[in-house]
Amino acid sequence: MMPPIVLRRVYYWVYGALLALTLLTIGVAYLDLGPLNVAVALGIAIGKALLVMLFFMHLRYSSRLTWVIAGAGVIWLAHLLIFTLSDYFTRGWLPVAGW
Amino acid sequence: MAEGNGALAEQFDDLAQQHEAASLGMWIFLVTEILFFGGLFAGYTVYRATYPEAFHEASHHLDLLLGGINTAVLITSSLTMALAVHSAQEGRRRALTVFLLLTLVMGAVFLGIKGTEYAHKYEEDLVPGIRFAYSGPHPGQVQLFLIFYFVMTGLHALHLTVGIGLLGVLAYLAWRGHFSPRYYAPVETSGLYWHFVDIVWIFLLPLLYLLGTHR
Repeated sequence: MMPPIVLRRVYYWVYGALLALTLLTIGVAYLDLGPLNVAVALGIAIGKALLVMLFFMHLRYSSRLTWVIAGAGVIWLAHLLIFTLSDYFTRGWLPVAGW
Repeated sequence: MAEGNGALAEQFDDLAQQHEAASLGMWIFLVTEILFFGGLFAGYTVYRATYPEAFHEASHHLDLLLGGINTAVLITSSLTMALAVHSAQEGRRRALTVFLLLTLVMGAVFLGIKGTEYAHKYEEDLVPGIRFAYSGPHPGQVQLFLIFYFVMTGLHALHLTVGIGLLGVLAYLAWRGHFSPRYYAPVETSGLYWHFVDIVWIFLLPLLYLLGTHR
């Protein structure tokens, strides 16, 4: 059995959702929500990325092994970001000479 | 090779496993790509948190209209890429070739618009290291933002250029009848790569362009 053929309709729906989310994220940028602006913009971007991965990249229809590989990418990216940022953002916390 | 299309290599149990091995290999490559771009995203985040005002100010100088249009172009190219894979699965040779070429053309349109943006930056003296003159506050930090802008979008454009080359080869092979519902792994894996490049842009749009629009 080769991978299942996704209905073309599904691709059109995902495409519509991606365009709508793009307009939404640009629109929200014109509202001043304070620190929420970044959170909303990144939330929408993550949503769009998930749509692309699940449907266009067929992750939804792929084996669990493929899920593990894709998940590993996200987990290592999280390591990269969290460890780098936890260093930079905590440097001023302790009064160490020369820092 | 031509008569071997759809043939099962001896190390695999069946065609489905052979196909999955190909996609899985591409996914592993894409994980390394996530970390490749991830370093830039981490650096960007550190400096943006350090110089929030300057980054906000500098982001104002990007062209949101062109950036928005390019986002739509790239998302549309992802749709045509997905439809290309779909055509390959159904064994429709002409549709496969057309969708691959459409995707290629939209990639080229994206690069054209990107080039226009770069040219505008040059005219506005906003290209660090080549032609840079900025009279507003925090010129050094504005320059830093623009360096991130050019390196991140430049690396993205480089990936897109590679993708366009892949699509050209695929379209030629598709036209020659190289692919079938039993064998279309190159179309599938190139599609995975193309969608990945789309996802990178999905994050570049809010981080670079949407930073300075409100207020």
